[in-house]
Amino acid sequence: MTLFGYRIPMMASLIVWGLLWEIVGRLDLIFLIPPLSGIFEAGVHLVQTGSWQAASMITLRSFALGMTLAIGIGVPLGILMGRFKAVDNLMGLWVNMFVSAPLSALVPVLMILFGLGETTVVVTVFLFAVWIIVLDARAGVTQVPQSLIEMGRSYGANGWTLFTKIILLSALPEILAGIRIGLIRGVKGVVIGQILVSIIGYGELFELFSRSFEMESFWALTMILFVAAMLLSALIELFEKRVEYYAGER
Amino acid sequence: MPQAVQSPVRAGAPAASDDAVVQVRGISKTYNDVEALRNIDLDFARGKLTTLLGPSGCGKTTLLKIIAGLIPASAGEVRVNGRVVTGPGPERAFVFQDFALMPWATVMRNVAFGLELRGVSAAERKRVAMQYIEKVSLTGFEDKYPHELSGGMRQRVGIARAFAVNADVLLLDEPFSAVDEQNRRKFQEDLLRLVDLEKKTFIFVTHSIEEAVYVSDRIVLLSPRPGRVSQVIDPAIDRSASPDDIRRAPAYLDTVEEIWDGLRQYAD
Repeated sequence: MTLFGYRIPMMASLIVWGLLWEIVGRLDLIFLIPPLSGIFEAGVHLVQTGSWQAASMITLRSFALGMTLAIGIGVPLGILMGRFKAVDNLMGLWVNMFVSAPLSALVPVLMILFGLGETTVVVTVFLFAVWIIVLDARAGVTQVPQSLIEMGRSYGANGWTLFTKIILLSALPEILAGIRIGLIRGVKGVVIGQILVSIIGYGELFELFSRSFEMESFWALTMILFVAAMLLSALIELFEKRVEYYAGER
Repeated sequence: MPQAVQSPVRAGAPAASDDAVVQVRGISKTYNDVEALRNIDLDFARGKLTTLLGPSGCGKTTLLKIIAGLIPASAGEVRVNGRVVTGPGPERAFVFQDFALMPWATVMRNVAFGLELRGVSAAERKRVAMQYIEKVSLTGFEDKYPHELSGGMRQRVGIARAFAVNADVLLLDEPFSAVDEQNRRKFQEDLLRLVDLEKKTFIFVTHSIEEAVYVSDRIVLLSPRPGRVSQVIDPAIDRSASPDDIRRAPAYLDTVEEIWDGLRQYAD
C-alpha cells in the first residue's frame, strides 16, 4: 500500500490500532481498556515474576504432553482408518462427531473424571487437538494417487515397503497440515482447560488478574498467549512449506 | 522387415511361436458385471514393439495391467519367459500414463527407485541411473524435483526408471498422451531409437493410430465392449528412413488408413 507516495509496510496497521488503543486507554473511558503502554509495562513486570514463570512451565508441560499424545495416537489412528475399512467403520462416527463438537462443554465432566489438576488439562489439550489430526492423516492416506501405488508395486514394493516408501511420504503434507491445525486447537485446549479448572497455570493467573481488576496484567498475559500461538503456527507453516515444496503439485 | 508392400493384415491371433517372451492365453476380465476383456490370446515376440490399439473402453490398459501383474485376470493366464504371472516381477517394467513420479524425490532418486527397492547399493544405483538419465537427455536435471520439470521431461524420467531396472519386457501405458504434440513426435522418434538400442520387448498401449503405425512392429487392434482381438497388423515400413520420410511413406499412410477403416465402426 502507498500513501502520499510513501510505501507503507505491512504491519503498519498494527501501529494505527495500537495508537487508537493508547488514546482510548488514556481517555480513561472504560476500566477494561487500560493504555497500551501500561500493558507493556505490566508485561515486562509479569514475565519477571516467579508466578508467571511457574505458570508458563505448567502450561507448556500440559500442552506438550497433550500434544504428544494427540499426535502419537492421532496420526497412527488416522493412517489405520485410511488403510483399513474396518477401523474406519469403527472409528469414523466418533471422529466426525468430536471434530466439530463443542468440547469445552466436556471439560466439567473431565474434571470429575480426572480431578482438578494437570491431568484434566492434558486430556483437554488432547481432546481439542486429536480429531483433526486423525481426519487429516486419514485424508492423506486415502488420497495417495492410485498410479503411485501401482508404480511401487510394479517395481517390487509391497506391504511395509510400499507403506513407508510411498504411502507415508505421499500423505505427509496432509498429516502435517493436521498437526498444525491440531497445535492451534491445542493452545485453545490448554487455555480453556486451565481457566475452567482455574487453580493451575495461566488459568489461575487469569482468575487472579480479573478478580483483582489488574487489567494491565490481564491483557499482557492475553497478548503473550496470542503471540505464542501465532509463532507456533508460523513455525509449523514454515516446515510445511518446505515439505510442500518437495511434494509439489499432485 | 519385409520391404515389399504386401497386404499387412492377418486375421485372428498369431500362432504360438518359440520366441514369444510374453504369452497371453485365454485372458478374460470382468469388473462386477461389466465384461472388459473376452478370451484374449496373444504372443509378444522378443525384441519387438507390439502395440495394443483400440478405442476407449476396449480394455487395452486393463490387458496391459494384467500382463504387468497389477490386476488379476478373471480367467486365463499370462506367461512371461514361460513362467505364469501371479503379480509384478523384475522382468517387467511399467511406464505410466500420468508418469507416477514420487513428487518428494529428485529425478535421480525416481530413476533409481526400482533399483532401490531391489536393494542395490547407493553407489551402484547412482551409476546406473546416471547412465539412463543421460540416455533420455536429462543430464543436469538429476537434482531437480518432478514439479520443476515439464510434462515431457517427467515422462523421460518415467522411461529412464523403467530402463534402469533392466527388465526384459517394457510395458508402456499411453506414455505420450499427457505430452504436447511437438514433444510427442520427438518422443516417438526417441522411443524407436531406444527400441533399437536396448533390444527389449515393448508392449505399448495407445489410442493414436498414427503413433501406433509409426512406432510398432506389430499392431493388435482391440474391439470394445467386451475387448477382443479384432485384427493383427504388421506394418511393412522401412524404419531406416528418416522420421519425416516414414510419415510420408505410402506403406505408413496406407496402414493408417486401413486401421482407420477397421475402427470407423466404433467411432461415436
